[in-house]
Amino acid sequence: MVKNISNLGDAAVYCDFGSEVNEVINASVIEYFHHISKLIKDKKIEGITNLTPSYNKLIISFDLTITNYKKIKNFTEGLTINRDIKNNNQKIKIPVCCDDEYGLDFLRLIEKLNIDKDKILELYFGKEYFCYMTGFIAGMPFLGDLNENIRCDRLETPRLKMPKGSVGITEQFANIYTFESPGGWNIIGNTPKKIFDDKNLDQPALVNPGDKVSFYQITKEEYLNWNE
Amino acid sequence: MNKAYFEILRAGVNTTIQDKGRNHLYHVGIAVSGAIDQRNYTLSNRLVDNQLNEPVVEFAYQGPLLKLKNGKINFAISGDIFFKIIRKNLEIEDCECYKSYFLDEEDQIDIISTKNSTYGYLAVNGGFDLEKTWGSYSINTKANIGPNNGKKYSINDKIFIKKINIKSQINKKINYNYSTDNIIRIIKGTNFDYFSKVAIEKFFNEGFLITNLVDRMGIRLKGSKLENIKNTNIKSEGLVRGVIQVPADGNPIIMLSDHGTVGGYPKIGVVIAADLDLIGQLTPGTKINFKEVSLEEAQNIFKAYTEDTNRYLNECN
Repeated sequence: MVKNISNLGDAAVYCDFGSEVNEVINASVIEYFHHISKLIKDKKIEGITNLTPSYNKLIISFDLTITNYKKIKNFTEGLTINRDIKNNNQKIKIPVCCDDEYGLDFLRLIEKLNIDKDKILELYFGKEYFCYMTGFIAGMPFLGDLNENIRCDRLETPRLKMPKGSVGITEQFANIYTFESPGGWNIIGNTPKKIFDDKNLDQPALVNPGDKVSFYQITKEEYLNWNE
Repeated sequence: MNKAYFEILRAGVNTTIQDKGRNHLYHVGIAVSGAIDQRNYTLSNRLVDNQLNEPVVEFAYQGPLLKLKNGKINFAISGDIFFKIIRKNLEIEDCECYKSYFLDEEDQIDIISTKNSTYGYLAVNGGFDLEKTWGSYSINTKANIGPNNGKKYSINDKIFIKKINIKSQINKKINYNYSTDNIIRIIKGTNFDYFSKVAIEKFFNEGFLITNLVDRMGIRLKGSKLENIKNTNIKSEGLVRGVIQVPADGNPIIMLSDHGTVGGYPKIGVVIAADLDLIGQLTPGTKINFKEVSLEEAQNIFKAYTEDTNRYLNECN
């Protein structure tokens, strides 16, 4: 449930679902997101331009020429979330090559975590992850939660260019760089799989909030010959 | 008959197509994009009798040198821009913004530079012949979405123009005095209480310098370091245009149209909607000051901003 609603500037509503990050709180954020998306599609509410769900917040942007904070706040407070909405959450498997030329930060991780590469891989690949949100760059999934023994801070100095497809970890989360971009996550491999497809207009992101993701390791040869 | 188009003889610093922007994609990580200066974008379309949501060419600092092929057009440029027409007989005409011009086949528009601003807009009567992606023509160079494969224009690229029958020259003008201000009005951010009393005082009283790190994603500022007394990170959450984030180094960053859709730095404030055109136009080296307004004040200021824009649109003749 929304704990508190406030304004983020004059053209957005900030819905706070709590300060913790867990699947229960996030599921509630995603329920609101789907519910409001449907109301927008059915033209039951006008003026909303964007919804941004994250771990424990939902931001509702609106067009000030059409509506205002008070109207959107009242609308949000008046919602009854239908928990029966069928969720279309998927299970997705993503291949990753962890050869040293793709796993850019193993040396750092081995030193910081004080465990060897095989153990890092075992813990990383041995778990199914939950997609809390997508964003920052187009289609980048924020997945959790990593095994406690492979949680590590961001790079002290972020890279100016993370290679496209880089698979990263930081704190309790895992992600995938869908485009070459600046970034500060610890890179353990690279996926040849298309995670964002701008030709797929209905669902451009492969991974969406609420989805379950598991990774599996591939060889460099499989990586280079990957064909979708 | 072949389609009319601009041949790009010089690309300029950052020449793209923009419109009102692309909505309903923040949740997949795609920013709104759209013209940084929405009022000037709208006025440029009005000057050539277009629908106000037609796509236009946005350029920054040094603009493009464009040669018209296979047709005749009317065009207008808005902003604070130094530009000329080079006629095919090589006669050079000095031009003014906020005024429509006729361009014949093989004539060139030389957009030499912006003056005391960053962005300018070129609209052509009838609009450009482009395709929408997710409801918008805007080029998003971060996600490579939109016309020209989502990339800024390069030399020798072509920008096609919709075929229209030019019966007569459009003669329109707006008396618009391009002006600028360095007081930026903001509403307190959701993490305002992360900053010390001293930091808040500095934030409103000392002013910040716009650094060279400025693009369509955002503006990095430099000033007295703002001391964070709670936490220099928050759990990543959504951002909107105008959000002012403060990373650990204490120097604020203002989000513009192509911003990353989520961020993990505390939000000290949000630039009000009516001042987004202004902040986007300010150039590196400008000193700005933040001024706090209430939500209600911001809404009234936005109403006045919209009325002003409409007045210019109505005065255009």
